Amino acid sequence: MKHLLSIADLTREDIERILDRAAAFEEVSDRDIKKVPALRGRTVLNLFYEASTRTRSSFELAAKRLSADVVNFAASGSSVEKGESLKDTVLTLSAHSPDAIVVRTPHAGAAALVAGWTTAAVINAGDGKREHPTQALLDVHTLRRKLGSLEGRNIWIVGDVAHSRVARSNVLAFRMMGAHVTICGPPTLIPRGIEALGCEVRYDLDDLREADVVYALRMQHERMDQHFVPSLREYAARYQINGRRLGPCQVLMHPGPVNRGVELSGEVVDSPQAVITMQVKSGVVVRMAVLYEVLAGARDEHPAPRAQARQLA
Amino acid sequence: MSTRERGAQARLVSASARPADLLIRGAHVLDPRSAIDGAHDVLVRDGEIAAIGVPGTIEAPDGCELLDGAGRHLFPAFVDPHVHLRTPGQEHKEDLETGTRSAAAGGYCAIVAMPNTAPVVDSPPILGALLDGAAREARIPVGFSACITQQMAGRELTEMAELRALGAACFTDDGRPVVDAGVMRRALQYQRLCGGVLALHEEDPTLSGEGAMHEGAVSALLGIAGIPSVSESTMVARDCALALYEGGRIHVQHLSARESVEVVAAAKAAGVAVTCEASPHHLTMLDEDVRELDTRRKMNPPLREAADRDALIEGLRSGAIDCIATDHAPHARDEKEVPFERAPMGTTGLETAFAAVYTDLVLPGTLTLRLVVEKLTAGMGCIDLLVPRIAVGEAANLVFVDLGAEWVVGEAGYESRSENCAFAGRRLRGRVLLTVAAGAVAYRERSIMLSAA
Repeated sequence: MKHLLSIADLTREDIERILDRAAAFEEVSDRDIKKVPALRGRTVLNLFYEASTRTRSSFELAAKRLSADVVNFAASGSSVEKGESLKDTVLTLSAHSPDAIVVRTPHAGAAALVAGWTTAAVINAGDGKREHPTQALLDVHTLRRKLGSLEGRNIWIVGDVAHSRVARSNVLAFRMMGAHVTICGPPTLIPRGIEALGCEVRYDLDDLREADVVYALRMQHERMDQHFVPSLREYAARYQINGRRLGPCQVLMHPGPVNRGVELSGEVVDSPQAVITMQVKSGVVVRMAVLYEVLAGARDEHPAPRAQARQLA
Repeated sequence: MSTRERGAQARLVSASARPADLLIRGAHVLDPRSAIDGAHDVLVRDGEIAAIGVPGTIEAPDGCELLDGAGRHLFPAFVDPHVHLRTPGQEHKEDLETGTRSAAAGGYCAIVAMPNTAPVVDSPPILGALLDGAAREARIPVGFSACITQQMAGRELTEMAELRALGAACFTDDGRPVVDAGVMRRALQYQRLCGGVLALHEEDPTLSGEGAMHEGAVSALLGIAGIPSVSESTMVARDCALALYEGGRIHVQHLSARESVEVVAAAKAAGVAVTCEASPHHLTMLDEDVRELDTRRKMNPPLREAADRDALIEGLRSGAIDCIATDHAPHARDEKEVPFERAPMGTTGLETAFAAVYTDLVLPGTLTLRLVVEKLTAGMGCIDLLVPRIAVGEAANLVFVDLGAEWVVGEAGYESRSENCAFAGRRLRGRVLLTVAAGAVAYRERSIMLSAA
């Protein structure tokens, strides 16, 4: 695998291979010295065009635990603010010969564009509202640990689906792993045509009991300015996952950061059903596995440059 | 300089060129507005069609170029009421010379440029400068449209009467809708004084919002905000109602949605003086074709679903849609080499229009060649300008085509300064070999050598 751009590029076997490796890396994270030399001498570049502390630091930790060198490039305070185009930035940074570029941008398809402009492996850390594939992988990893398998499980994704890259990647990944996915939210925040992803659509939580897993999305405050919902109060009244709605055997997930009192009540965040911190922990090992896959795993599939030269001679 | 006047004083202007003397022998001549549909000799003398005869009966006079038309077709040259020449201000995308060269290469003998330039064409001096520029640089006759509203801001009308007197081809705020219904109504009222069709980009921005592609399953999958079909059709309905009430004359640009075709058909039946156009890309491509986020396929209105495309095709058949217009919209490579949501709207289209429609609609038998030629030659008639004909005594406006020739779009570059063509890489059938515009040879494909008789 050269790049990780979209869950749609993966097969179930790819996901299982990556997550099996992530499980192997979990042992590393429990050591006193949390480091293996797997990617020693490799350079990973974090190129983030959107504010992100959690995803960026998770990638940074993952790279460092594999002994790679990490360079962080944030768009604010950089040449981007002086008007440099994405392409020129990528060409400039590629001149430093990074082995992998982890990229987040506010625009759909940008990671794929970056992959066309560099020889480095590209990992999509979020492209606009389209996809966030490592989030989906870490969520599947978390569920595999919690439930064993996703086969035949009912997963409800609740909230602002229209503006959520997590929702799109997760519907694809959960379905690929055999789960039945229902998305639920206010009609103004469910995109027309979303059924094409292979999920069911509901506008109320009446049947939430059928879910094995409840995945709440973050309700972004900035959406309030655009009046997609009349008020956060009404949103919470209709869609908040709280102690009354969440069953004792249901697993509760959230990509973070949580708005307590909006999409989740405080009591469920702190409940034993919530696996939110486990998701964060999975994030590091899954990203270690993804970095390993594109940087070291790729070596098995492609002949080394020297071997190619010999063939040509 | 050739100037053509009709009604008020719309002007079509080109640089002076030597009138052609040509004999095209035995080509299949097809003029959808006459009975001509078969092999003929066509003689052009001093830029005029001098004779049409049975193959082999016309002798080539001295100094006349002879073209072998066997196995080839001759149509009235195409016209396009909707082209962006990007001049003044954005000559890095296109200018009067490259834009008209691109048009000639596509088989066009006359086009109308849109006024959404920098600055916009909203005052007589700017229009005057463009007409002067075209008299120096344009390879084929160009008309220039002027804005409906000052600065294309949608608030106050331009000096439409003076612009029209100077030669404005029509009025349009293309690229933007006239959002305010009151302003639209005033423009329709003022039209009684100044004439000039109002050509309308129909879009309700409160519905299209930040949309970058058609709203449907593909946009849902890509997480890209959609432009719903109703953002177009509701505005078409509004303006048809206003035009009927004020007795105005409107031309709806680039129809893309099934609902809009239905609205126009109903309006025509109700007696509204409305014409409309569809573009080659909307007739042949779908939102599915945007899945890979190729920015060359980002345009406004967007590529829509199969039901929409089928309604457009049916609209051509039924007459609800009057013409095919390209909305040729050049952009520099680096402007399009950005993420899809950031990219500017538009595709070039002049050089591919005929071949795309011929390959995708005529060859499979969806539309007849006659209907396609009719729709490609009808656009300027919608704004009361040139309708090219193949008839003795008419100025020669001809396109000479090899329907069998196959070519790959972009493989040999483009005549346009820009290369943002939605059809890039497509293998198409039908190649323009020669274009005669206003009596002069405006384009000659490399394989067509000069061969004096």
